[in-house]
Order: sequence, then C-alpha cells, then structure tokens
Amino acid sequence: MNTQEDLIQYLLLLGDTALVQGQRLCQWCGRAPAIEEELALMNVGLDLVGQARNWLEYAAELLNDGRDADDLAFRRDEREYRNLLLVEQPNGDFAVTMTKQFLYDAWHYQVLEGLCTSSDTRIAGIAAKSLKEVTYHLRRSGEWVQRLGDGTEESRRRMLEAIPQVWRFTVEMLSGSDGETRLARTGFAADPARVAAGWSQQVATVFASVELPVPAAANYFYLSGRRGLHTEHLGLLLAEMQYLPRAYPDATW
Amino acid sequence: MYAQLVETGVKRIKSLDEMSAEERNFQEKIDAEIKIEAKNWMPEAYRQTLIRQISQHAHSEIVGMLPEGNWVTRAPSLKRKLQLMAKIQDEAGHGLYLYSAMETLGADRDQEIDKLHSGKAKYSSIFNYPTLSWADMGAVGWLVDGAAIVNQVVLQRTSYGPYSRAMIRICKEESFHQRQGYEMLLTMMRHGTQAQKDMVQDSIDRLWWPALMMFGPSDDNSPNSAQSMAWKIKRQSNDELRQRFVDQTIPQLELLGCTVPDPDLKWNESRGHYDFGEIRWDEFYEVLKGNGPCNQERVATRRKAIEDGAWVREAAVAYARKQQNKNAA
Repeated sequence: MNTQEDLIQYLLLLGDTALVQGQRLCQWCGRAPAIEEELALMNVGLDLVGQARNWLEYAAELLNDGRDADDLAFRRDEREYRNLLLVEQPNGDFAVTMTKQFLYDAWHYQVLEGLCTSSDTRIAGIAAKSLKEVTYHLRRSGEWVQRLGDGTEESRRRMLEAIPQVWRFTVEMLSGSDGETRLARTGFAADPARVAAGWSQQVATVFASVELPVPAAANYFYLSGRRGLHTEHLGLLLAEMQYLPRAYPDATW
Repeated sequence: MYAQLVETGVKRIKSLDEMSAEERNFQEKIDAEIKIEAKNWMPEAYRQTLIRQISQHAHSEIVGMLPEGNWVTRAPSLKRKLQLMAKIQDEAGHGLYLYSAMETLGADRDQEIDKLHSGKAKYSSIFNYPTLSWADMGAVGWLVDGAAIVNQVVLQRTSYGPYSRAMIRICKEESFHQRQGYEMLLTMMRHGTQAQKDMVQDSIDRLWWPALMMFGPSDDNSPNSAQSMAWKIKRQSNDELRQRFVDQTIPQLELLGCTVPDPDLKWNESRGHYDFGEIRWDEFYEVLKGNGPCNQERVATRRKAIEDGAWVREAAVAYARKQQNKNAA
C-alpha cells in the first residue's frame, strides 16, 4: 500500500471513531443524571463530531472521488467504517458510558499529542485544535471514573461490572495497523507503541487512584474496527444516523 | 413564551393607600423602574409568582431538549448535527441559569423539579407536541424559539434583577439558533426537492397554532396578568406579544414561500396588523392539563432520567465528602 492509502485509512479511523462516539453521546440527550451532565455530554459530543468533520473532510480530499465528508459519514456501510469497536458499544448505564469515554479519551489524547508534530501540517493543525478539547474530555471522564469508583458501594459495584464489559475492546488501543506503523515511521502518524504505553500508564494511574483493578491486557479476538469488521451494534447505529440521506438521496439539507 | 399561565394568588390589586409602608415602598421602586434584588424586601405573592414563573421557564428549557433530542441522532448532515447539538447544549445551559435565578428567591431546584415530575409544575405547552420530521427541527428553531424570543426580549426589562439578567444572556444565544432554524427551512425550500418542500409545509401546518399558544390565554382570560403587569414581572400582555409575533413572522413565512393553516389570516390596513383566526382554546387547556400528545412521554422521560441517575449523583456527593475528609486530615 502507498502512503496515500495508509493516510486515508488512518483519517477514517480517527474521524469514524470520533463520529460514532459523538453519536452515542447524542443518545443521552434528555436522559443524563443531572442537568450539568446534559450540558457536558452534549459538549463532548459536539467537540467529537466537529473533529470527525475535520478528519473526514481531509479524507474526502485525498480520496478525490467526488465524495465529501457528509458522503463519507452518511453513505458508507458498516463494512467500510473504520471506528474502534469500543465506541460503537451501547451506552449501558452511566458507569459503562464513562468507562468507554475514559478509555477512548486516554487513547485519543495520546494519539493527538503524537499528531501535533506530524510531518503533515494539515494533520498537525487539526490535532492541535482537537487536543485542547480532548484534554478536557480526559480530565472529565477520568474524574468520573474516580467518583464512581470511590463513591458509594453501588457506584463501585457498577464500575466493577462496567470495566470487564468493555475491556476486551481495548486490544485495539494497544496495537496499530501495519499502515499506521509505516506512517509513524515517516512521521505522519502517532507511533502506535508510544500511544499504547501512554494509554496503559494513564489508565493504570486513574484506576489505581481509586483502587479499581486493571484487567489483564485484552487479547485479539477476530473482529477489528480498523478492517471494518464490527460488532452487531454498528449496523443499527448507522441505520438510525444515516436514514435521512439514504431515504432522500437527492435532497439538500 | 415559556411560562404561559402563572398564578399570582392575588384576587385584586391593592391601591397605594391600602398598602403597608413596606408594600408601598416596594411598589414605588417598581414604578420607578428600579430592579428588585434578592435581598430586597418583596411581597410574598411577588416572590411566589416569580418562583412559579421562573421555574416554569427553566422546566421548559429542560423538557424542550426532548423534542430536539428526538432528531439529534438522525440529523442529515454533519453541519446540521453540530448545529442541533450546540442548540440543545445551550438549552441545558439556559435551564441552569434560570434555576439559579429562581434559587435567589429562596426556592430549591430539586424540590421544584420534583413538582415538574409529579405534574404539579407546568412547562410550555409547545413541548408536548411531537417532532415528526426533520423539518420540525427548522420549524421549532424558527417558530418556537421565535415566539420565545418575542417574550424574552420584553422580559429583559422584567422587574426582578436576576431574572432580567438571565433573559439578557439567554436572548443573545437564542436568536442565533433561531436564525439557524430559519436558514434550515430556507435551504429546504430554495434548494430542496418537492418532498422536502412538502415536509416543511407539513411542519408549519402542525406547529403554527401550537406556537401561537405559547403566548398564553387571551387577555380576557388571563386573570393573573393584571397583577403581574402591576409588579412589572410582565411588561406586555399575551395578546400584544402574540400580535407582534404574527406581524413579524408572516413576512418570513412569505419569503419561505409557505402558508399558514389559517383561512382568516389577512393584513388589516386600518389596524396596521395582521388579523388572524381564533386559537383552539379547548386544545390549549387540554394540553396544559396534561392531555396533549406527548405530555406523558415528556414527563416520564425526565422523571426516569433523574431516577436512573440517583446513584450517580449519590456517588458524586459521597466522593466529594471523602475528598474533603482527606484534605482535612
């Protein structure tokens, strides 16, 4: 594969992951545990969908086949989506949502930090802007892991249930694709090994602060968001998200 | 208007002669356009009326997230999705401003929210109508926020300082989203397909009358208005504001190339206003009583959110207490 193709796949990974996580946060609208959380969940979602738009616009330019960012978001099937499996998982209760958010934020932060010095200035620019937002996301979700982990017996019980529910999907955060490794070597992408190390440390620190056990490293298990092999949740998520552009293909919104 | 029918508990307005020294002093400040602040003396009925009105207003912002939340997962483009998310986020923020303003009067937000969930407190009737197509997101932005703004612009001059200041902040954000709503409809009407144009017209047909109802009962049937006006909580009557809304909205409607479902609507040269048909008041009162199309769903969703979230709030409190103890030790 050439660099251009690697780069497109990488941009889709970043864009699709942010978009799918943003979509999951939209599902909380009106249903959060406090008004402050309505605001915060929508705020984080808004940041992520905005970032997704930036990555997908760039991907569309490189693809150069007449599709724009909206076409990529609303007219690709699940087999073409490149998001991490973690973010397509259902929201569950607030403990599941916050665990997912934290595990993603910790990865996202490491990736963006690496990308701020990308040799592709467009990527470096988007990453620098996104990193400001994700610094806030990570602080917030980390604090919720602590509050729930060391809050009441009930909240701790729920955290102890939530972590193993989603942990297996973290395997994708510890390993990049061959394409990413190639891109990292030429200075385009964040180095997957450094991302994995930073992620592991961040997660271990927050978990340890409230004595939440860190499970053993997750194993490879057949599915892979990077290769478009998703769980059964993504198809339904996309059916809901894409229905209008699909139902009215000639429409202008 | 987000607070449509607010009891004052006052049967008859007192003249200055009938008032105690405190009451007279208060009324003179009102008449002199001096804002009332949280620590100032105020008649108990003024305080209670404001608590009812501001909480109704705050509840409306919060319940008002639901009809839009219904479409946020289905917005048809990234730009529209971002706009809607930003709008919903602002609404939650407006709810927070308003609950804070209400708490300056000595009310407790959790207690007032309990009243919402038990059906004792009202919120704007408009949010009991379902959003059935994407065009409703534009129509809600344009008509519903438009109606709210007509009212809130006037409320910037309301006599209670904290409420007035909340309105000033809210109006700035709200008018931005209202223009976005209109632009969504304009895009569909000018560049969209026939199916999209039909969608817009259908949305206006369903939401036009409910938007007019946002201004509350007609002046003849608004027994609480006189006292609210004397206290300058309200600055203009329901019918005056409704008329202003119709007058400013019809040219926007014409620019869209749409119609309203009102055969009696016509320009009245001698009045310099649009005449319009009679509102279905029976429907209005039924919706306010809880019998509208979505009243049950809206309240049930909000109640469930707060009930399901109890363990999260308890965890936050418990964690904060532990941290405090650690810091003290």
